[in-house]
Amino acid sequence: MQQRNVLEYLEATVREVPEKVAFENKTETLTFEELYTYAKNTGSCLLAKGYTREPVLIFMEKSPSAVAAFMGCIYAGCFYVPLDEEMPASRIAHIFDITSARVLICDDITEAKARELGFKGEIMLFGDARSHKEETALLDKVREEQIDTDPIYIVFTSGSTGVPKGVAACHRSVIDYIENLSSVLGFDRDTRFGNQSPFYFDACLKEIYPTMKYGASCVIVPRELFMFPVKLSEFIVEKKINTVCWVVSALTMISSFNVLEEHCPATLRTVAFGSEVFPVKQFNRWKKALPDARFVNLYGPTEATGMSCWYEADRFFEEGEAIPIGKPFTNTQILLIDDEGKLADEGEIYIRGTAVTLGYYNDAEKTSENFVQNPLNVFYPELVYKTGDIARKDDDGNLVFISRKDHQIKRMGHRIELGEIEADTLLGEGISSCCAVYHKEKDKIVLFYTGEASEAQVKADLKERLPRYMLPGKVIKLDKMPLTPNGKRDRKYLEQKAKGE
Amino acid sequence: MEEIRAILNELHDDVDYDTCTTLIDDRILDSFDIVTLVAEIDDKLDVRIPPEQMIPENFNSLKAIAALVERLENEI
Repeated sequence: MQQRNVLEYLEATVREVPEKVAFENKTETLTFEELYTYAKNTGSCLLAKGYTREPVLIFMEKSPSAVAAFMGCIYAGCFYVPLDEEMPASRIAHIFDITSARVLICDDITEAKARELGFKGEIMLFGDARSHKEETALLDKVREEQIDTDPIYIVFTSGSTGVPKGVAACHRSVIDYIENLSSVLGFDRDTRFGNQSPFYFDACLKEIYPTMKYGASCVIVPRELFMFPVKLSEFIVEKKINTVCWVVSALTMISSFNVLEEHCPATLRTVAFGSEVFPVKQFNRWKKALPDARFVNLYGPTEATGMSCWYEADRFFEEGEAIPIGKPFTNTQILLIDDEGKLADEGEIYIRGTAVTLGYYNDAEKTSENFVQNPLNVFYPELVYKTGDIARKDDDGNLVFISRKDHQIKRMGHRIELGEIEADTLLGEGISSCCAVYHKEKDKIVLFYTGEASEAQVKADLKERLPRYMLPGKVIKLDKMPLTPNGKRDRKYLEQKAKGE
Repeated sequence: MEEIRAILNELHDDVDYDTCTTLIDDRILDSFDIVTLVAEIDDKLDVRIPPEQMIPENFNSLKAIAALVERLENEI
């Protein structure tokens, strides 16, 4: 029978390797059996209290238990919405509003903080949920009614108007993505993942679901190690991690400090990377240090579940050459659409396929802007996702990323709308106008503004509203906002000015 | 010491660097900050911090960072 629920991955694996450790972090390990039991119990607890077919907020440490909580939500027919303690309170408040969630699950460590968030619904402790007795009849009934287009999670991404957008994805999309990603990257039972991505991102799907599908293992790498390259490399070897799917900046942290020669993470055999351009010099260092490993460049937006394209980077690259984003996964199609809405060799990337997600939760307007009718098909309804990324095809038919259409940037794998930073700046007192620009070489966001407010005050205000990775590195007060001849803020001029800072 | 303080102030100007001894443990500095800090120390003080010295103990306070830089300067 065709798989229609992501939980089938876990249910098949737990029969084969119940005792094997599925997920571990510094303080906790969970076997597949434990994961399965805790997930079912959590699902039972939610159902017994009347929660089903609705969002459940998860505010927990990045831990094996958090994975069990995610799966518990799905057992209850709910969909999980991961929150992170590093999210500022105002962003979390937006998420409360958008989801209207009635229940939040936290753990012992996050409980105190969870109670300060001003959440109106029930706050449930994971420790209680996981020890709830299994309600088999309730779980069976949910499963019988669940269909594969039901959502399983919502993850929030930056929105240019200052309100984050919640991308909702269903079983079908995640299964399609996991099957195709796994066959490209060749995961199996011996795969040992080293997870870097935060759990409030789609990027962690790459480890969570294949671990359950194959009975593989996933080690959650302590986040502070990403500051200390030698320790990070030693950790990889010590934990026998052989597969990483990391943002480029995590990899370049190791290579740029010349750690690869003397402290080579030699256990690695698959290195997948993405979300940002890999500087060729750094890539070549990796390739040289690990000649037998596979390197795969991945590309894709959250709105198409995870990754949509892949490229086997099986050679060294010349300085100035771009590593292509390659070709789409099986069952995904990429359309390059030019300004006239026609198919072209260079244009905006539109994505077609089962992996295109359900849209932005509770935001029909934004959904209809980006999830649009396939411009090449006037015959029946068919939604495709319009990425805002511009790409071209090279001579081998591989896609090469060129630029963004708008003011979205990537920083340490995080997608950031400069417009969101501006919208949040304007909320502050004593601000007349502002403009955020990105200084790529220094990987720094520079915010210019005019108004009464002091630079320190603007900085402090933004800290309250924006996640850390979105904070401007530099805030500069101007007497007058430079304008272009047609009266728009002169972004080009300010970009140049930012480089001089 | 004062140059390092200036670099740190650029990163986070709301921290009392004279008293704080948990810059890493309390996640005040993240990996962004460390990369910037190491690059700026190289740039402005002409001191390269070898990867082996990139351990939490050396970055938990202004004093520890300054001591590290001093040790490295004396080695040359």
